[in-house]
Amino acid sequence: MSAVPVAPGRLTADPVLEIRNLSVDYGYDENPVHVLRQASLTLNRGEVLGLAGESGCGKSTLAYAATRLLPPPGLITGGQVLFHGRDGSTADILSMSDAELRASRWQDLAIVFQGAMNSLNPVFRVGRQIADAIRAHRPSVSQKEALERAADLLDMVGISPDRLRAYPHQLSGGMRQRVMIAMALALDPQVLIMDEPTTALDVVMQRQIVEQIAELRDRLGFSVIFITHDVSLLIEIADRIAIMYAGEIVEDATAQDVYRRPRHPYSNGLLHSFPPLRGPRRELGGIPGSPPDLARLPSGCPFRARCPFVFDACAHVQPELVAPDVPGDDPRRSVACLRHDPDRVAAAGFTPVPVPPELALR
Amino acid sequence: MTLPLSPDTRPADPAAPDTPVLQAVDLRKHFVTGSFRRRALVHAVDDVNLALHRGRVVALVGESGSGKSTIARLLSQLTPATSGQILLHGQDATARNRRAFRRYVRRVQMIFQDPFGSLNPVHTVRYTLTRSVRIHQGRLRGADLEDALTTLLERVQLTPVERYVDKFPHELSGGQRQRVAIARALAADPEVLLADEPISMLDVSIRLGILNLLRDLRDRLQIAILYITHDIASARYFADRTMVMYAGRIVETGDSESVTQDPKHPYTQLLVRSAPDPDDLDARARGARGEAPSLVRPPSGCRFNPRCPFAVDLCRAEVPPLLAVGEEREAACWGYSDRPDRPRLGDVLDAYGERPTIDVDLLHASDDEAAVETITVETKEGER
Repeated sequence: MSAVPVAPGRLTADPVLEIRNLSVDYGYDENPVHVLRQASLTLNRGEVLGLAGESGCGKSTLAYAATRLLPPPGLITGGQVLFHGRDGSTADILSMSDAELRASRWQDLAIVFQGAMNSLNPVFRVGRQIADAIRAHRPSVSQKEALERAADLLDMVGISPDRLRAYPHQLSGGMRQRVMIAMALALDPQVLIMDEPTTALDVVMQRQIVEQIAELRDRLGFSVIFITHDVSLLIEIADRIAIMYAGEIVEDATAQDVYRRPRHPYSNGLLHSFPPLRGPRRELGGIPGSPPDLARLPSGCPFRARCPFVFDACAHVQPELVAPDVPGDDPRRSVACLRHDPDRVAAAGFTPVPVPPELALR
Repeated sequence: MTLPLSPDTRPADPAAPDTPVLQAVDLRKHFVTGSFRRRALVHAVDDVNLALHRGRVVALVGESGSGKSTIARLLSQLTPATSGQILLHGQDATARNRRAFRRYVRRVQMIFQDPFGSLNPVHTVRYTLTRSVRIHQGRLRGADLEDALTTLLERVQLTPVERYVDKFPHELSGGQRQRVAIARALAADPEVLLADEPISMLDVSIRLGILNLLRDLRDRLQIAILYITHDIASARYFADRTMVMYAGRIVETGDSESVTQDPKHPYTQLLVRSAPDPDDLDARARGARGEAPSLVRPPSGCRFNPRCPFAVDLCRAEVPPLLAVGEEREAACWGYSDRPDRPRLGDVLDAYGERPTIDVDLLHASDDEAAVETITVETKEGER
């Protein structure tokens, strides 16, 4: 399985993290749940990649599997996660030894967890928690230097350095979230994975944090994988968006393409699930039905039960990521929908159905 | 025979038709916290007036901790108010005993945020709904009870009924569970539904389904709905009127369209300008800073004054009342008064929009080359 459909962009861009055909099962018994099936994703240097989808679609699982942080009963059953260092070296995170992994984490690739505001230890001052992380990786750094560095980091995320001696409960939710971001940036990582970093915050604070991430990214040049279910937020901050549904990536395109020209019926439905704050008020329906049970996935396309553009082949043929069947589209974007893949439909003995106009907007 | 669910069977309004079904007058709630020695009061809700009318939806918008859920609990009388009155059809409805409370909840029902927590996991849908029907509708049995259950589940569009009625909550999706919770509230044939963030725990693709269902109930059963949310865009979509809360006080009210399209209060402007909107990337309140104040020691005067770009001494000294700012619109901001010492309001966009995307502290940090250099040096040492 070497065909990585998201690869075309690789020729021009400079990848820092490549996830290839990653599969994850939950459960060790005879019938495990396949929560992630052959997911491939490339993160380029300096890019903000948004990972969107509903709860349970596997977006957090993808991030945790790629960093080998998946808690049991999660089991990685296949794939590669290639990390390209600044010096041109390439390592597969999935085949690293524990010692290598420990050295690589935080330094190469840092994570801001979901509900990060609760992942600080309540009994230690925040300065010490940041300093601990620095010293764990750089034993030669003295405690004093580490604390100075922690002060710089807090300053960087807009928190006054005198808060170093504060306990987590003395900080507000937004400040704790920014402390977590500062901590993730402590060792100058190249990849920052943020799992729903702003979900628990109100919109004003969300904007503040999102702007801070964008500004720090411009200054420090790291890449970001931003996981959220809020597509409208992603369109604003991400360069590229991957939409996930039922453990698969169904569309991968630039943010503006996803917003203006969605090619997958699910992306299209997701975009019409948010009432707009401006513009004309219109009647919205969301997407009928609910996401499938991953333990009892239907054959063919997992979205077909809710899809308005379903046809006979959808029940039998598994769609894969291909370039959309719309002339003039960005060749680097990809979509997993049989409407865009007449060759596969024909090969399976069905009559291809053309792309509906709703999914071929220019 | 079946449930008297149609609006026609309701008792006629005792007063004029425009009397609100449920009204809160100067509602106030202070929680006592702290130790015995250092007693502290949390000013969760102060001087809130609101009115719910038949067949209308009022949205209460505010950030977490602004007191909007406290209002829902006060209106449902799950928590007693510190002061103020709750009026049902213009009459004081404060429940002083268990029976009065039962009578009250028959007419005012609540839907909670978390459908995973609000349904008992060991009971089937049938049991949950039967309980509610029996409590509120008297002793229905046999076919009558079955009919009542069918009506309820059809009301919330859980059809075919046989597929859902014997399911346990864990066998249902989040959206279906929330529909069961709504059906349970409807079993009481209420006049008012208090919906506390009914969609924020649900998957994005099914949220609109729940909102459309509630809207359908509003139209068909003429229920008055209080829709509590932090998402001002959904308030615009769903509610007739929108009230914006900040730090325990109402800061702006008006019809939803005007409040969201032409916000008057600086806080509402900040809220609207902060919401993500892919169509209009420039109209952003960038660089807005600050956080909601402590409600133990709320700022004197207008509670938004520490964050407000237009605040003057008057704002720090006196609490602004709700001032008329247009047709059926009010904003609690001194900028709309005719006092000589009032603040001059501008657009938040001008106040925040022109600034760079980073705040003063950050500018300071990035100017400070030494700080940046230490970062690089350390990294090199680390890599060796």
